[in-house]
Amino acid sequence: MSTELTITKAPAGLEGPGFFATNIDKVVGLARSNSIWPLPFATSCCGIEFMATMGSNYDLARFGSERMSFSPRQADLLIVAGTIAKKMGPVLRQVYLQMAEPRWVISVGACASTGGIFDTYSVLQGIDKVIPVDVYVPGCPPRPEQIIDGIMQIQELVRNEPIRRRNTQEYKALMQQYGIQ
Amino acid sequence: MSELTNVYIAEKIRNQFGDAILSASEPYDMLTLVVNPSIAHGVINWLKNDAEIKIQFLTDVCGAQFPEIEGQEFCVIYHLHSLTNNIRIRIKSFLPASNPIIATVTDLFESANWQERETYDFYGIIFEGHPNLTRILNMDEMDYFPLRKEFPLEDGTRTDKEDKYFGR
Ligand code: SF4
Repeated sequence: MSTELTITKAPAGLEGPGFFATNIDKVVGLARSNSIWPLPFATSCCGIEFMATMGSNYDLARFGSERMSFSPRQADLLIVAGTIAKKMGPVLRQVYLQMAEPRWVISVGACASTGGIFDTYSVLQGIDKVIPVDVYVPGCPPRPEQIIDGIMQIQELVRNEPIRRRNTQEYKALMQQYGIQ
Repeated sequence: MSELTNVYIAEKIRNQFGDAILSASEPYDMLTLVVNPSIAHGVINWLKNDAEIKIQFLTDVCGAQFPEIEGQEFCVIYHLHSLTNNIRIRIKSFLPASNPIIATVTDLFESANWQERETYDFYGIIFEGHPNLTRILNMDEMDYFPLRKEFPLEDGTRTDKEDKYFGR
């Protein structure tokens, strides 16, 4: 049995005997992107697909997301998988507000992204009506591969995000738009 | 004790309530009575306390709307079940849209509480005497009764649908 390990490559930097200098953004990004703690907010059929993603066949843990955080306070990534009823909207928003910065949101499936097949009075027509979303995963439901692809795109975002992004005017304006301080 | 057939039960109720029982039929063999709204509570109370029929269980309360029948736009439907006799009875009461009020049966069956709230939530039918007639399934801020036919089923905030492909 081979026990070959792949280790994430170090970011580009200046290397010499006994020291290594690089950009702090890159180091933080590298660390964060490989240890995302997701908070699953699974409400319906897409949630089942998410469970498969977490299970041993697809094993989201390979991407550094071993630990599901069931408390928003210790979570980095909100995974919204499923239909969000309008009555659930404020709950979802509350969960998002309780997450500490930096936080990311992935919207899994047609329902979470746009309301999906539920074009009806009781369903929120996309979670981006109440919270900002970073990555949308299409599908009804998306296969685990697609969900993993979405999470890899989140990783890509996390890896390349400057640590000061959350202080920018642009980011503050986005939050303002949702009425979040 | 004679056999509890639908005909027998209908006859028995007719003797008790007379003209307030507007009609009796048996769709799919289930005795269905259309009663005057003012005596709906009385009929259910009587069925519950009758020593022979012994209705103990309120299976369902629901609403329906028939906008084309003037003066009888709304309907409240009660499904009753006698567990001892294995008999089911359906009671219907029609209400005018201008005044959709009917007496609550929560005093007879506690289980009517949520079912009447649901009927109120979706049709705006008022159950007089209900201890807490507020919305139960829809969000509290909703300002209309979504299953009434004058309101569209679709959500007005939908943005990703091209109207012409969906016949809107
Ligand atoms: S997008 Fe499809 S699979 Fe996912 S929650 Fe909605 S209906 Fe279910």
